[in-house]
Amino acid sequence: MPELSVEALKSGDRDEFARLVDAYSGPIYRLATKMLGDQQDAEDVLQNTFLNAFKHIRGFEGRSSLATWLYRIAANEALMMIRKQRPETTLTDTALKDDNGEDYSPVQFVDWCCLPEDEMLSSEARSHLDQAIHRLPEKLRIVFILRDLEGLSIEETSQALDLSQTAVKTRLLRARLNLREQLSSYYGERLQDRSKAK
Amino acid sequence: MTKSAECKSLLESLSDYVDGTLSEELCEEIQRHAAECQDCRIVVDTLQKTVYLYHATASEPADVPPNVRDRLFRSLNLEDYLCN
Repeated sequence: MPELSVEALKSGDRDEFARLVDAYSGPIYRLATKMLGDQQDAEDVLQNTFLNAFKHIRGFEGRSSLATWLYRIAANEALMMIRKQRPETTLTDTALKDDNGEDYSPVQFVDWCCLPEDEMLSSEARSHLDQAIHRLPEKLRIVFILRDLEGLSIEETSQALDLSQTAVKTRLLRARLNLREQLSSYYGERLQDRSKAK
Repeated sequence: MTKSAECKSLLESLSDYVDGTLSEELCEEIQRHAAECQDCRIVVDTLQKTVYLYHATASEPADVPPNVRDRLFRSLNLEDYLCN
C-alpha cells in the first residue's frame, strides 16, 4: 500500500484522497462483496465507506492505522445494510449463544486433503468457498473476512470491530470450524466421485 | 485427562496452532494427541487446509470493476481523476 499523508487528507487534499480511494477501494469492495453476496449492495457499501471517510477524516485520531479505520467504517456499513434488509435479525447469532464449546464440535471426519489443489480451487469450488462464507452468521463472517481474507491481525480486527481480542479469537475459531464442516461436505462428495470413477 | 477432554482442549487451541502463534509445548501436545486420535488428526489437517484455501483465494488482487470505480469516483466528486 502507498504511504498516505493523514495530514494532507485532513486538510482536504483531493490528490491524496484520490490516492486513498485507489489504494483501498479493492479490499473494501472485496470485503463488501464477501459480506453481502450482492454486487449492487457491495457497491453501495463501497461508496458509503469513502463518503463517510471523507466526512469524518478530521476526527481520525490515529489510534489505529488508516487501513483499520477504513475497514471499521466498511464493516459497520455492511452490518447496517444487513440489519436494514432483515430488520427482524438482531445479529445475535445463535452460534455464539453456547459458550461451552458444544455447538461447534466437529461432526465431519472425512480427510479430503489429498484432493488435487487445482480441483480444490476450481471455479466451481471457489464459488462454493464463497457460498460457505455467506452461510456463516454475520458476526462470525465479518471476523473471518477481516482476519483470513483481508489479513488483519487479531489486534487490528479487534480495533475494527470494537471487540476484545478474546472475542475475536473465539469468533474466528468458530467461523473456521464452521467453514471446515461445510467444505468437508463439499470436498467429501468430490472425493467419493473420484473413487467411484476409478 | 480423558480422551474427549483432550479432543476438546485441542479444539480450543486450534486457531492459534494453524496461525503458528501457539507455544512450542502446546504444539507438541497437539501433534502428540493427533498422532493417536484419527478424528482429531483429520480435523487439524482439514482445518489447516480450509484456512490455506481461503488465504490462497485472498492472495489474488482485489480489483474493482472499471464501471464500479467510475461510479465511485463520480460519487466522491473525484471524476477528474478517472483518466488515471
